[in-house]
Parts: sequence; C-alpha cells; structure tokens
Amino acid sequence: MLAKRIIPCLDVNAGRVVKGVNFVELRDAGDPVEVAKRYDEQGADEITFLDITASSDDRDIILHVVEQVAEQVFIPLTVGGGVRTVDDVRRLLNAGADKVSINTAAVNNPRVVADASGKVGSQCIVVAIDAKQTSPGKWQVFTHGGRNNTGLDAIEWAQTVASLGAGEILLTSMDRDGTKIGFDLGLTRAVSDAVRIPVIASGGVGTLEHLAEGVSEGRADAVLAASIFHFGQHTVREAKELMRARGIEVRL
Amino acid sequence: MNKIAVIDYGMGNLRSVEKAIEHVSGRSEVIVTCDPGVVRGADRVVFPGQGAMPDCIRELEARGLHAAVLEAAASKPFLGICIGQQMLFDHSEEGNVPGLGVFRGEVRRFPEALMFAADGARLKVPHMGWNEVRQQGAHVLWDGIPDDARFYFVHSYYVDPAERAIVAATTDYGLPFTSAVARANIFAVQFHPEKSAEAGLQLLSNFIRWQPSR
Repeated sequence: MLAKRIIPCLDVNAGRVVKGVNFVELRDAGDPVEVAKRYDEQGADEITFLDITASSDDRDIILHVVEQVAEQVFIPLTVGGGVRTVDDVRRLLNAGADKVSINTAAVNNPRVVADASGKVGSQCIVVAIDAKQTSPGKWQVFTHGGRNNTGLDAIEWAQTVASLGAGEILLTSMDRDGTKIGFDLGLTRAVSDAVRIPVIASGGVGTLEHLAEGVSEGRADAVLAASIFHFGQHTVREAKELMRARGIEVRL
Repeated sequence: MNKIAVIDYGMGNLRSVEKAIEHVSGRSEVIVTCDPGVVRGADRVVFPGQGAMPDCIRELEARGLHAAVLEAAASKPFLGICIGQQMLFDHSEEGNVPGLGVFRGEVRRFPEALMFAADGARLKVPHMGWNEVRQQGAHVLWDGIPDDARFYFVHSYYVDPAERAIVAATTDYGLPFTSAVARANIFAVQFHPEKSAEAGLQLLSNFIRWQPSR
C-alpha cells in the first residue's frame, strides 16, 4: 500500500537553515545539507525547502543549496519561495529540485501553473495555498503571509489549480500556522475530498498526534511540519512509529 | 573503465539520476548525453524519462536517438526508469502514441473506477510517494533489496505487458500493476531509484555491476 508521507520543511535564508539552531545533535545546525542528511537518515519521505530570502540579490543562493543537497540526499526535494516564472521553475529543477512550489505567482497569474506543468510535467509542480477561515465551512486564499485576502475560495482555487495542471497541493492553514494546536482538519478534509491530486497538510503541528490526525481525519496524503522536528522535540522516526500505531501506512 | 551513458533527450532534469549513479559508481564514468555516438560507445545505458510520453517519444526522434536506444536495448546492460520504462512498450494510452516496441504491451492510465483504497477512500492520481515493490523471482538487480521494499513513485500511467514472463515486480495501487520488467540485458522500473534512498541506491549499484548472460 502507498505510504502516507512525512515531510520536514526547512526555512532557508541566504543559504542557511534559520529554524534549525537548537537542533542539538547536528554539528552545524544551520547548514542545509547537514540538516537534510539528518532528516534523510531519520526516514523523511521528502524534504521541502522554503526560500525566505528577502533580498533579491541573494536569490540565486538557493540554487547552490539545492545543488549541494541533491548531490548527497537521494529522496525527493521540493523548493518553494519566490518562484514567479517558468524560468524560475526550470532553474530550480536543473539545480536538482524534484518539485517546485508556486504560491503568490499562481494567484497573480494562474497561467504560470499551466505553462510550467506543460513544460516540465505536472509531477514537478506543487501549488501552495495559504487559507484562512472566513466563516463556518468557508476558507479564502491569502497571500503575503496572511495579510492579503485574494477573495478566492480555497476549495474552488484548489480545483482550479488542479485543472491547470498542478500535480500536488501544499495546503497551509494561516489560522493554525505557528499555533501548535494542530492542523485545521476541516479545511484539510474539504480540500482533499475536492481534488484528485495529492494534498499535503501544513500549519499548526505541535504534537505527533497532530500528524496522525492530518491523515486519518484530514485525509491528507502527506503531512508537513517544521518546528517539532527542528527543535529536537521529535524525530521523523518517532512520528512514523506513532502513525503506524494509529493504523496509518508509513515507510519505516 | 565502465562507461555509463544517461540518455538526455531534453525532457526534464537528469541531475538526480546522474548524481545518484555517481554516488554508487566508484570508478565508473557517468555521461549525460544526447549524442547517439556516445550512447553507442557506452558500456551501459540508463534511459530515464519525465513528463508526458508523447513529448518524450517526439524528442527522442527529433534528436536522432531512436536507433541508438534500440541498439543499446538489444545489446548492453540497459536500465529504463519511469517514462523510460513506458517507452519500451508497443503503445501508450497517453496521447495514443506508439512506443519503441521493445516489449509487447500497452501503457495504461490508472482507471478512475478502481481508484479506491480498502477503506473506501479515493486514491489520488498521480500515484505519488513510497510504495511496496513485490519482487517476482530472483534477479541480480534485486540483490540486497528486501522483498516489498518501498521505492518512490510518481506517475499516472503504468505498463501492462502482454508477456507475463517479463514481469520483475508488481505494486498495488487500486489494482496490482507491473512496477518492474526484465528480459536478458534489459531491466526497467516505474519507480525512481535515484530518489528512493537506500533501496534505490542499492538497485543502481547492482545495475553498475550487472553482467547479464545472454
């Protein structure tokens, strides 16, 4: 049976992992290659890099990071953050990324999703959706870290990007992001049931139990988390053991 | 010197394949190439693929690689990966295009009607992630890899061989499908060994050492 995936997410700023500083087992916690290798050893199913580099001068640094990681870590790598054009997608894939995640650019210009998936294949194109609840059972798509309401309905937008050729959706609840109280399971389930492509749940994980809920109640195909792994609270292996104990198929 | 050609016909990123083979290759030389002459001069050939099969077939023709691929598939250790496996078959439902015809059979899309898990949940297409590969009989390329080991898949189509004898592995996703085929000097897989951690690296390492008896 296909395993549900656990995906650690690393925020990268100017070539350094910025959330990994307390990950005590690592010699150099801020080095993306070291962190990626450690997660690979723990059994991570994929790794996602989010380039949060603010300066456009430093944009190309992420390409070197991806190149270095791809030489040493042989599991799928997804890269997102600041991806605007098909050319950006190509450069990241050529550096060694397997998938590229597009967020704001997809909202501003949905054609970029169609163009990119037409050029490189939908399996390489992840559309990231940041959603906030606006009324019971309703979520809207936000950009700019939750500041900008696009007015788009999250479920309809998910269906739109799937029809444009997205191969996967990375769904983040802006209400839950950083709260550690668990995924927005209603949102996750609504989107997962509405599309026929895989959905990655993100935002709000504070315990291993939350990861299991994302799959069992949220019906996510994969779960993404950052801080519970970065700060040495849990390993990916522990997460998988808990999920297996809850009857979820995992790769262990 | 073991010269390994990774065939580049302009479809997608071959860096992962190249780096993974280099990682296990020891003294071998890995060349990513679109030159039919280099493919002909190589000791082993890796035939990867990504994207849509009709585009892959078209690019293969456009670059004059068709004949060199067929010659390699007939003569030296040859590893097909993903679309590189699918292209070896007669025909694909994707775009209704003919393949290279090395193997008899059809490339089919996962049928919507069967895409349900045992608990009734709908199975997503593409089939994306780590799934179990059930080996059908012994083969050098399975050396050191446990039966039912998980490999990384990402695809919406699968091969349906006419001759069951070439099936080297099966995987369940809605239905049991053929996830690897083997015959003489050819081994071809639907999954991505270059992205399948230890099991994938083991398979690539086995390929580099493989001396098929013909």
